[in-house]
Amino acid sequence: MQETIEKVTKVVKKKRAQKIFTEQLIYEIAETVEKRDLDDKELDELVKKVKKSYDRAKVEDGEAVGTVAAQSVGEPGTQMTMRTFHYAGVAELNVTLGLPRLIEIVDARKKISTPTMAIYFEEEFRGDEEFVRTIANQIGKSTMNDIVQDFHVNYAEMNVVVELDMPKIEDKRLDFEDIINRVEKAFKKVKIDNNVLSFEPAKPSIRELRLLADKVRDLQISGVKNIGKVVIRKEEDEWVIHTEGSNLGAVLKMEGVDKVRTTTNDIHEVEKVLGIEAGRNAIIHEAQRTMDEQGLTVDVRHIMLVADMMSADGSIKSIGRHGISGEKASVLARASFEETGKHLLRASIRGEIDHLTGIIENIIIGQPIPLGTGSVGVLMKQKK
Amino acid sequence: MKKDILKHELVPDHVILSESEVSKVLKKIEAHPEQLPKIKTDDPVVKSIGAEEGDILEITRKSATAGKFVTYRRVHD
Repeated sequence: MQETIEKVTKVVKKKRAQKIFTEQLIYEIAETVEKRDLDDKELDELVKKVKKSYDRAKVEDGEAVGTVAAQSVGEPGTQMTMRTFHYAGVAELNVTLGLPRLIEIVDARKKISTPTMAIYFEEEFRGDEEFVRTIANQIGKSTMNDIVQDFHVNYAEMNVVVELDMPKIEDKRLDFEDIINRVEKAFKKVKIDNNVLSFEPAKPSIRELRLLADKVRDLQISGVKNIGKVVIRKEEDEWVIHTEGSNLGAVLKMEGVDKVRTTTNDIHEVEKVLGIEAGRNAIIHEAQRTMDEQGLTVDVRHIMLVADMMSADGSIKSIGRHGISGEKASVLARASFEETGKHLLRASIRGEIDHLTGIIENIIIGQPIPLGTGSVGVLMKQKK
Repeated sequence: MKKDILKHELVPDHVILSESEVSKVLKKIEAHPEQLPKIKTDDPVVKSIGAEEGDILEITRKSATAGKFVTYRRVHD
């Protein structure tokens, strides 16, 4: 195969077409050459034909790609609205899908409604259920309530007595020492006698005692910040943890966690931890997954264009009033979108100048628009 | 940890271009540095490869349509 790829590359170079023949295209041609057993002459012909077809299929200069992308994503979106409500969630975890999720993505929401992570493990731990369960309990949130055997509020002695359930702690693979440390850190007046803890309120009143009881119950004894429930699932020979809530930075630092495949659906978090290019990939991935899940197909190129626009500035910007449309250079373009009065007023106060280079501005004032054939001008050489 | 993020499947390869490479690239794509997409100076990848403001990064993305796609970003704060 490698040989054929090299051969095809050579032919492509000879035809001076290496610019349009991408790696993928060369690979596909090489595949055909092997399958159909083409000779050199036929390969020559094939490359010539492919080049011709490629040139014909290319987007022409001045084409309104943005409008086409908007329509191509928007049309399937109309079908989503009707069906979304029937999909409640996947398995035990509830994840926003359909149109609400798509809106979340293009709006670049800071707080998404259902952040979730898929945590994978390094090769040696993939089949190790014991190890994965230990990690899952370190990541997932557990409160005191999950490990008590007996919980007693004693009004006579003015204290709260908690008996910890040792088998349960064992089962959750938690460290007893660690729990005690956390308890001592959170409560000052506490007496520890093996697995029996007794707490005293700051002031001896019934109200204080009851508040203390609630506080003791809700004390978090393990877990990563922002992560709630965890679900452990076996996916084709390997154990994977799915979480409710997300904290990519903290999870990637943990031992044994696969630093290559572990991801979150929170695009802003991806951008913060892995950079803008990873953020761009996350937008494409999430948008496409949302469409696929609904059984709709949108060409990736449209989604890629959206992701490129959103990430061009170095940080993830939303589409719409607060992002791309709101930052257009032209006053008239901004005013025609949303909040017309605000933009016109501000522009007049600042004395903004509209250079009339865009499309919307020129439609407003009735000039030919710089699009398609309109994007070409005439340049004349002065006679000397 | 710092280098770890570069291995993540969502992170494409980022390479800092030398001055001669920059002028070659700009000539090839017929663009001014200001016209390139930006990448922030506090971007985790920028920090871990040690790029500085004004540098041009060559980014080799895995693309669903082209297999491999090369693009550029200018480091900017």
